[in-house]
Amino acid sequence: MKAKHQRLILALAALVALVGAGLLAASALKDEAAYFYAPNDVKTKGVEPGKPIRLGGMVVRNSLKRAADGVTIHFDVTDGKATVPARFSGIAPDLFKEGGGVVAEGAFDAKGMFIATNLLAKHDERYMPRELEGMTYNETTHEMKAEK
Amino acid sequence: MPYWRWSVGPATDAILMHRFANPARFLKIARPLTGWLFWPGLLLLLSGAAVGLFVTPADYLQGQTVRILYIHVPAAWLGMGGWSGIAIAALMQLVWRHPLAAIAGRAIAAPGALFTAICLMTGSIWGRPTWGTWWEWDGRMTSMLVLFFLYLGYIALANASARQGQQGGVSNVTAIFGLVGAVNIPIINRSVVWWNSLHQGPSITLRGSSIDGSLLWPLGFTLLGFSLLFGAIVLMRMRAILAQNKVEARMQRLARG
Repeated sequence: MKAKHQRLILALAALVALVGAGLLAASALKDEAAYFYAPNDVKTKGVEPGKPIRLGGMVVRNSLKRAADGVTIHFDVTDGKATVPARFSGIAPDLFKEGGGVVAEGAFDAKGMFIATNLLAKHDERYMPRELEGMTYNETTHEMKAEK
Repeated sequence: MPYWRWSVGPATDAILMHRFANPARFLKIARPLTGWLFWPGLLLLLSGAAVGLFVTPADYLQGQTVRILYIHVPAAWLGMGGWSGIAIAALMQLVWRHPLAAIAGRAIAAPGALFTAICLMTGSIWGRPTWGTWWEWDGRMTSMLVLFFLYLGYIALANASARQGQQGGVSNVTAIFGLVGAVNIPIINRSVVWWNSLHQGPSITLRGSSIDGSLLWPLGFTLLGFSLLFGAIVLMRMRAILAQNKVEARMQRLARG
């Protein structure tokens, strides 16, 4: 075997081992590196009240209610498997809307209501011009639009 | 015997890779190729950017901010592609002792870091109106930032080895660093799939695109345009390093008198 073949085998073996180690580490991180808890994670794993977390999911349609004080909103967050109620006081981002993705920072209170201190809108992977919007969302109710 | 003659042997050595181990032969191709990559690249980039700014419709949800996509996506692609290039060059350097591979690795590092920085900045500017935040420590953003730091580490190592007389190339330690850093590339790619993240999932997959065609097509222009420009910059930098080598060799000869 020539020296360069030895080096090739050595380098490839090292590369395979490295990538394997990287992937193993990444998959071990799976839950730790998650940016937010989905409602189903909360249900199955349990999050103690008062622990600061991020809760992510879709805002349930027709669940958004504005309280009498005008700055507090109530809405439900779902991931299709579980749904949790949430409350937020303040200015929501422009893209926050029913049926859209949301990541809320905050903590659960004793009764299981998520008290959000900050809201981030999560954008999905779909991009389309405004004329096409109706074609995708025709059946569903057109509630608050993100754009004027 | 000059260093690039090591691998240029008899007829058995006719593989393409070894043909271009000779800098003179490489330069004969690289000189005209630089222009052939640079000008079409610039033209594609400018026309794609103009179309993306003025012709394509606004997004139904993001409005005008969607247009940053035409810069952000190519920048991300070249940031990751650049490191893939460094890893391939490192493999060629370590296994075949290819002298141009060591120079290519050094040449790729700076533009790769630049495009990674552009990706991070445009993403941040887009994130503020879309998500409501400039920066969050989610899987995609964090792994991309790690890539940027890897580039900085690679550049620092490459500069250190240049001072130790690596004939314009990078040391083997730098090459090993380039190979190890490649672990981050699949992690960036999969970060939005493995972990729930603020960054959206992949829009363009093998199964198709969830970006509507009317918004998508200028992206092809800017992607190709930026890629050609990237190639041109790498060739320019490789030529500059080779020229620098020649100067240094001549200076040394003069000094020896």
